[in-house]
Amino acid sequence: MSNAPQSTSQSTSTVACVRTVLSEIDASIRFPALFFVIAAIHWLIVGTGLTLITALQLHQPSFMAGCEFVTYGRLYPAATNAMLFGWGCNVIFAIGLWIMARLSLAPIRSGGMLIVAGLFWNFGLKIGILGILAGDLTAAEFLEIPGYATPLLLISYALIGAWGILAFRARQGQGVYVSQWYILAAFFWFPWIYMIAEFMVVWFPARGVLQSITSSWFAYSFQNLWLTPMALATAYYVIPKVIGRPIHSYALALLGFVSLALLGSWTGMVQLIGGPIPVWISSVSIVAAVMMVVPVITVALNLYLSVKGQRAVVWRSPALRFVMFGVLSYFFANMVGSLMAFRSVNVITHFTTFPIGQDQHVVYAFFSMVMFGGLYFMLPRLTKREWPSTRLIYCHFWGSAFGITIVIVSLIVGGWLAGNQMNDATLPFLDVVESMLPWLKIRSVGVVCLAIGHLAFIINFLWMLFTIGFTRAKPGPTLLESANQEGAA
Amino acid sequence: MKNLPLLFCGILIALAFSFTGLVLSSYIQLGSLAQTTETLDETGNPVDGDPLYPAKMSGSALRGKAVYIDLGCVYCHTQQVRRAGYGSDLEREWGKRHTVARDYVTQANVLLGRQRIGPDLMTIGDRQSDANWQHLHLYNPKITSGGVSTMPRYAFLYETRAIDGTASVHALQFEADSKYAPAAGYEVVPTDRAEALVEYLLSLQLNYSLPEAQISE
Repeated sequence: MSNAPQSTSQSTSTVACVRTVLSEIDASIRFPALFFVIAAIHWLIVGTGLTLITALQLHQPSFMAGCEFVTYGRLYPAATNAMLFGWGCNVIFAIGLWIMARLSLAPIRSGGMLIVAGLFWNFGLKIGILGILAGDLTAAEFLEIPGYATPLLLISYALIGAWGILAFRARQGQGVYVSQWYILAAFFWFPWIYMIAEFMVVWFPARGVLQSITSSWFAYSFQNLWLTPMALATAYYVIPKVIGRPIHSYALALLGFVSLALLGSWTGMVQLIGGPIPVWISSVSIVAAVMMVVPVITVALNLYLSVKGQRAVVWRSPALRFVMFGVLSYFFANMVGSLMAFRSVNVITHFTTFPIGQDQHVVYAFFSMVMFGGLYFMLPRLTKREWPSTRLIYCHFWGSAFGITIVIVSLIVGGWLAGNQMNDATLPFLDVVESMLPWLKIRSVGVVCLAIGHLAFIINFLWMLFTIGFTRAKPGPTLLESANQEGAA
Repeated sequence: MKNLPLLFCGILIALAFSFTGLVLSSYIQLGSLAQTTETLDETGNPVDGDPLYPAKMSGSALRGKAVYIDLGCVYCHTQQVRRAGYGSDLEREWGKRHTVARDYVTQANVLLGRQRIGPDLMTIGDRQSDANWQHLHLYNPKITSGGVSTMPRYAFLYETRAIDGTASVHALQFEADSKYAPAAGYEVVPTDRAEALVEYLLSLQLNYSLPEAQISE
């Protein structure tokens, strides 16, 4: 069934033909992708709720402290894992596979298996999160999911990742686009880093601080070789599609990809600067973290030049607005990250909320915002419906943009001030704790804004999914800042 | 990009490179690190007959460590002391010397931590060797911090019960007229988990030297 359109696309390369093939591909991946989107949104709700509770607990320690299962020490890892493995990985599976299939002009075969694999992934994750809440968490950050749940995650991932690689193998046509490099590479990198980390930290713990070295290596590789490439692939895909012209420079794209691949997994030991490890290990990571400016500047510049002069288009398209916010955050987050690696800066920021703000900068302001943009672009094509409400899109964008800015600024500024106080040994530690309180309260306000934004997004999504008659009749894509009939909707 | 074998090799080698450089080389350097004596003899070997450090932890302290892990204490408390001149860990008297990789070789789970929402606990057993203080602090951190601490209460590790006949010897000792004390005729008794956790906290000490990290008086 899928052979016919492919062979036509080889003989004739008219736009109409490609369109037919693309809608064929969209149809082949519709249900698996929607499944992953729904799963991602489900974890987004869980993660946002847990994050809000932990944010409040930090300045209101009596909040929900009576019951062991909802103490900060349990909820915090549960929130992180729900966001990273629930929201992050599911949205990657949806968008990554979709982009890979489209660019390879290869429909996804037996998508039912993909859904089964997805069910197992989310089932395993649910066991893992419940295990964390029940007190089975391991001691390593980002690897808290208990050892009995991770094999399920790895096995189901093997199926999901294989589908991406199979789609690439079945590709039609000559060129391999930059998004495909990133997605293909990340699909290989993730199981590798995850398996090594599970082996050396959880299943057969290595001796002493090797555990910490391995889990830091994992944490930063997870950011730089899993979340980042997938988000960049999305940005590289969505921007030319919406703008309607190719990306600015192939050479810059290549340089950005190669330098990220070479440097991305070397930066982890920044987390251990000053710690009980040989100094050369953290020095290597400091060098790598500073050199990360190369992939960051090339990619950000390339993407910026690709939309140059099209500000109105960027601002009107919901997808591009989110994506460009993410690209800007990619630049700023990594600049701050490189700065934080210097020993003289790190001596202040280490152990404070500064690195936490930095994590949020990368994982939310960059990765999640780009992925939201990807969803705004993908879902109308998958469901063949338009986004029902412009107002809710506005609400989502401004809630997320304001919220994450407040969160990052409060954690980074508060962390910086606290770090300076902590290094002044004449100041009692409890004074440092007290002066952090206002910043933590501001942070909670930011998290509330995020929650409002997510709520708007979820309502809009469910509306789109279930209100069939009204939305199908809508002419043209949903755009922002246009004085049309949308204001009434 | 048309050279696909190059792309594949690049993808695999890029990660193999950092794995070798960071994880494997650390493994080669640290993987066989073992306990040793406080000073070495002339040949650079451990002195015969001297006790080996870091000492292994007692069984009940290990059970307490499991409680420490399952309550997620590591998200707010580090267990590492940075060297003199880098941060103020030594000035704050969080340890008499900085910690090195060897200090952790006997631990099945290493809890370095990366956040100091609360103070470092590498030497909490040296700093607060009074078990009753530790219990009061866990029962309600406000008791021992003048009401300032933002640490949550771990009251669920304790049982408040009516005094039946004579008071338990394990019951928490509150200061006279403490507003946090239980009502008259009641006592607060630690559960097994609380006892184990305090045992673990008291065992967190750094009062030995290592050849590479001497305590300087």
